[in-house]
Amino acid sequence: MTDAPLLDVRHLAVVYSTRAGELPVIPDLSLSLDAGEALGLVGESGCGKSTVALSIVRYLGRAGRIRGGQILFEGRDLTTLSDSALRAIRGRRLAMVYQDPMASLNPVMTVGRQLMEVPMIHEGASAHAARERAIAMLGEVKLADPAGVMERYPHQLSGGQQQRIVIAMALIAGPALLIMDEPTTGLDVTVEAAVLDLVRELRQRHRSAILFISHNLGSVARVCDRVGVMYRGEIVEQGTVRQIFANPRHPYTRGLLDCLPALGRDKRQSPLVPIPGQVESAMSRPVGCGFARRCAHVESGRCTAGPIAAVMVDGEPEHRVACVRAGELPRWRRRASDVAPVERDADAGPVIDVHHLTKVYEPRRRRRRFGRARPSIRALADVNLAAVRRQTLAIVGESGCGKSTLAKVLSGIEVATSGGVTLDGVEVGSLAVDARSAALRRKLQMVFQNPDSTLNPSHTVGYAIARALRRLRGRAPVDVSVGVARLLEVVKLAPGMAARKPHHLSGGEKQRVAIARALAGDPDVIVADEPVSALDVSVQAAVINLLNEIQAAHGTTLVFISHDLGVVRYLADHVAVMYLGTVAEVGRVERVFAPPYHPYTEALLSAVPVPDPDHDVARILLEGPVPRADEIPRGCPFATRCPRRVGAICDDTPPPVQQLARDLRIACHIPGPELLRLQAPLVGPPPGRR
Amino acid sequence: MSTPVIADVLSASPPATTRLRPLARWRRRIAVLGASRPAAVGLAIVLVWIVLAILAPAIAPYAPNASDLTALGHPTPSRAHWLGTDHLGRDIMSRILWGARPVLVVAPLAVLGAAALGSLLGLTAGYYGRWVGVVITRACDIVLSFPVIILYMIILAHFGSSAWNIIGVLTLTKAPIIARIVRGMTLDLREREYVAAAKMRGESALYIMLVEILPNARGPLIVDMCLRTGYNVIIIGVLGFLGIGLPPPDPDWGGMVKDTYGMMMVWPHMALFPCAAISSLVVGFNLLAVGLRELGLRD
Repeated sequence: MTDAPLLDVRHLAVVYSTRAGELPVIPDLSLSLDAGEALGLVGESGCGKSTVALSIVRYLGRAGRIRGGQILFEGRDLTTLSDSALRAIRGRRLAMVYQDPMASLNPVMTVGRQLMEVPMIHEGASAHAARERAIAMLGEVKLADPAGVMERYPHQLSGGQQQRIVIAMALIAGPALLIMDEPTTGLDVTVEAAVLDLVRELRQRHRSAILFISHNLGSVARVCDRVGVMYRGEIVEQGTVRQIFANPRHPYTRGLLDCLPALGRDKRQSPLVPIPGQVESAMSRPVGCGFARRCAHVESGRCTAGPIAAVMVDGEPEHRVACVRAGELPRWRRRASDVAPVERDADAGPVIDVHHLTKVYEPRRRRRRFGRARPSIRALADVNLAAVRRQTLAIVGESGCGKSTLAKVLSGIEVATSGGVTLDGVEVGSLAVDARSAALRRKLQMVFQNPDSTLNPSHTVGYAIARALRRLRGRAPVDVSVGVARLLEVVKLAPGMAARKPHHLSGGEKQRVAIARALAGDPDVIVADEPVSALDVSVQAAVINLLNEIQAAHGTTLVFISHDLGVVRYLADHVAVMYLGTVAEVGRVERVFAPPYHPYTEALLSAVPVPDPDHDVARILLEGPVPRADEIPRGCPFATRCPRRVGAICDDTPPPVQQLARDLRIACHIPGPELLRLQAPLVGPPPGRR
Repeated sequence: MSTPVIADVLSASPPATTRLRPLARWRRRIAVLGASRPAAVGLAIVLVWIVLAILAPAIAPYAPNASDLTALGHPTPSRAHWLGTDHLGRDIMSRILWGARPVLVVAPLAVLGAAALGSLLGLTAGYYGRWVGVVITRACDIVLSFPVIILYMIILAHFGSSAWNIIGVLTLTKAPIIARIVRGMTLDLREREYVAAAKMRGESALYIMLVEILPNARGPLIVDMCLRTGYNVIIIGVLGFLGIGLPPPDPDWGGMVKDTYGMMMVWPHMALFPCAAISSLVVGFNLLAVGLRELGLRD
C-alpha cells in the first residue's frame, strides 16, 4: 500500500452550468501527490486552479459539477462519498486554507473557541484537552502570547495573524493533506515571507502533504517540491521546482517567467515579454493545444491536429510537458540579471516637488462623551520628494505606509495639512481638485488601482474617453470621436471597443481604457496608484510596457505607486521607500536596490519571493506588527521592528536624513558607511552562478 | 452585486458588437425576466391588468355606473353578471375593469414622483454628507415617523381628494423611503474610483450625482419602485375605503369595498371581488419586485 499516492486525481472533469450552457472548466486532469509532498499549482486567473482544489473537497457550489473521473484520497474515491463520510474526512484528514482569512473565521466567536471545535468535533476530545492543543498549535504558528490570543475575536488580529490562525486551525487535527488556495495573496510582502517560512517549517514538522495554489511563482518556488502549471483546466507542464524554473519546456511556462518583473530586471536592459491575448473562455475548446492561439511557437497542423499528450522530457521521469514542440525549442535562459549602471539622459528639472508634506486626518468628533478622545491619524509626516520630468518616480511600501494618501494629495482628492506640493512651480498641495484651474487639472491625471471600479459600469468606453476629452481639452464634438479612436489606438485597443460597456472588458482592458482616459488631456504627470496590482502577471507586463511606451512617446512623468518591488525595480528611475508616512529611503533605483540599504528597504527586499529555487538570501524577518497610525514612535518610525536597531536613540530621536550620494538619501541613525559594511547585496544572482 | 444584471434587464446592452433593433431589444429584456419564475408570473399578472384596464371600454359588458334594476333582487353571480351586481344593481365586473384604470395611473405616477424627489434628496444627502445629509435624513425621518393614514386624512380633507392630490400625498410620504435607499447607495458609490476620475476632470457635483452615481443605483431603486407601486395600490384602496379616495361615482376598488362591506354576511361577493382585484395587482407587483431582486443577486 505504501506505493499508492496519498492523493490520486484521475481524469477529473468538472463543468459549470451557466445560462449559456455547460462550461467544461476542467476537461481531463490527472495529478498525484505523495504523503508529505508539496505540489504547487500555478497559472493565470481563470485557468481552473481553484476549481481543482474545490473539487477535491467537493465544495464546488451549486453551479459546479464533477462530471467524470476519480479523486482517490487515501484509497477512497471522494467523488462518490456520501456527505457524512465527506464531513468526517474534511477538517480531519483534509484541510483547506483560503485566501481571505477573515472570511474563514467566524467574527462572533473567539479564535480559541473556533480552534478548539476542531478536535472536539472530529475526535471527541474534551474541552480541556482541546484547549491545551489549541494553545500549543498557536505557539507552533508563532503567535506571541497564545493563551491571550485564544480569547481574542478575529477582528482584533491583523491579517497576518488571522492567516496564522487559519493555518493553525487547518493543522490542528494533523491532516494528511492541506490545500492552500492563494494563502498569502492579500498579505504584505514582509508578512507573506513570514507565512511562507512558517508553512515550510510546519510542513517538515507535521509531514502533511500540501497542495499549494498560487499565481505567484515566487511563493511556489519557496514552498513546493513539485509544480504543475495549469492553463485552461489542463496541466501543461509539471516537474520538480528545479526542473520547472531552471528548464521550463512549455511555451506557457516560459511566458509566465518572461513576463515577471524580478528584482534584477530593469526596463532598459531586459524588456518584459507579455503573453499575447488573454485566457480564453472554456466555452469553445479548440482541437489540440489550448494555448495554441497565444503561443509564439505554434505550428499549424501539428499543434492543432489532435489531443496533446504529456510527454517526458530530457529523460527526467518527473518532468512532463504537454507540448508537441517541447523537445525542439531551445533551452530557456533566464533573462539578464546583472544590474550594471546604465547611461541615461541627464535629469531634467523636477516637475513635482513635495516639500515637508504632512497630512493629518482629524477625527470627525474630537471628543467622545464616553471614553478617551479619539486620536488624530498622521498619514504623512514631513515627506520630501521630487519627480523628475519625463522619468518615473516609484513610491513603494507596505499597506498603511501613506503611499495612497500621497497620491490623493498630489491629485487634489485630499489636501495637505502642512507643507506643500508644487506642480511645475505652482503650489497645489493645499488646492482641492475643484479649486484647481482647468490647466492644472489637465496637467496631472490619475490611473486608479481597481479595474472594476475605475470605469463607470453604466457608461460605454467611448463615452468615458470622450467625456474626458471634452472636459480636459474642450474639443468640438466632431473631433471627439477621432480623438477617442486615436487614444484607443495609443493604448492598443481596437476602435470597436468604444461601444462596449466595462462588464464586457477584461481587467487589463479596463486598465488600458483608464490609461486612455487619463491621457485624454495630454497630461504632464500621470499618478498611477497600484495600476497593475489587480492584474495577472501576463497582463501586468503588457500594461507596464504600455506605460513605458507612453512615457517615451509623450514625455510624461509617471508617479507610480506600488507594493511590488519587482515592478518598481523594473519601471522606476527613482524610488522612494515609505514607512508609516515617512520616507525611509529615496534615490535612483539602482542605488536604492544596492547597499547601503535603509534597514526597512533591506527587510522588504529580502522578503520578496523569487521564482528561483536556488535563490537563497538570508531572510530578514520583521518582528511584531506595524504600529497603529495613532501611536507612531517618537523617534524613528521603524524602531519598533528594526532588526538593526542601535539603541535608545532610535526610540527617542527622529533619524537624521543622510545624503549618501548625490542621488541617495536614507533616514537612519546608522551612518551610511557602517550600513554598507553590514549589508550584503540582495539583488542579482548569488555569486558563482551564471 | 445586484446592479449589473438588473442593469442588463433595463439596458440589455447587446453583447459586444451586435446592435439590436428596439423590438428585439425588448424581446431580450422580457427573455431575461423569464429566467426568474416570480418575475415572469408577476409581470404576467401586471400586464394582464394593464391590458384589461386599457380595453375596459371595449370589454366591460355594462357601463360602470349603470344600474340593472332587474338584478337587484338577485345580485349574486349569474350568466348576465358574471361577478354579480352590487347593492345598486351595478355590474361588479364592469366596475372592477373600469376601476383598474385610475389605480394603474395614480399608483405608478405617485411612485415616479416619489422616485424623482427621493432620488434627488438621497443623492444630495449621500454625496455632500455632513450637515446637508443630517438635515435631509432628519427631515425624512420626521415624515416617516408620522402615522401616515392620519397625515393622508388631514391633507386630503383640507385640499379635497382628487387624483392629483392623491399623487401628491403619496409622493411626499414615499419619497423619504426612496431617499433613504438612494442615500445608502450614494454613500457607497461616491467612493468609487470613477467618481474620483470625474472629479479629476472637474465635473460639477450635479453631473457626478446624476450621471456617474444615479445610473448605478438604479438596480435596487427599480426593485423598490415595483414594491412601492404595489403598496400604493393598497393605499389607494385604503383611501377609497375611508371615503377620501378617488371621488365617486366613478368606480374605485376601495370605494366598492366601503359601499358593500356592511352586506358581507349576506352578499360577500360584493366586497370580496374588489378585494381580490386589489390583492392580485399587489401580489403581481410584489412578485415582479422579488423576481427582479432575485435576478440581481444571481451571478
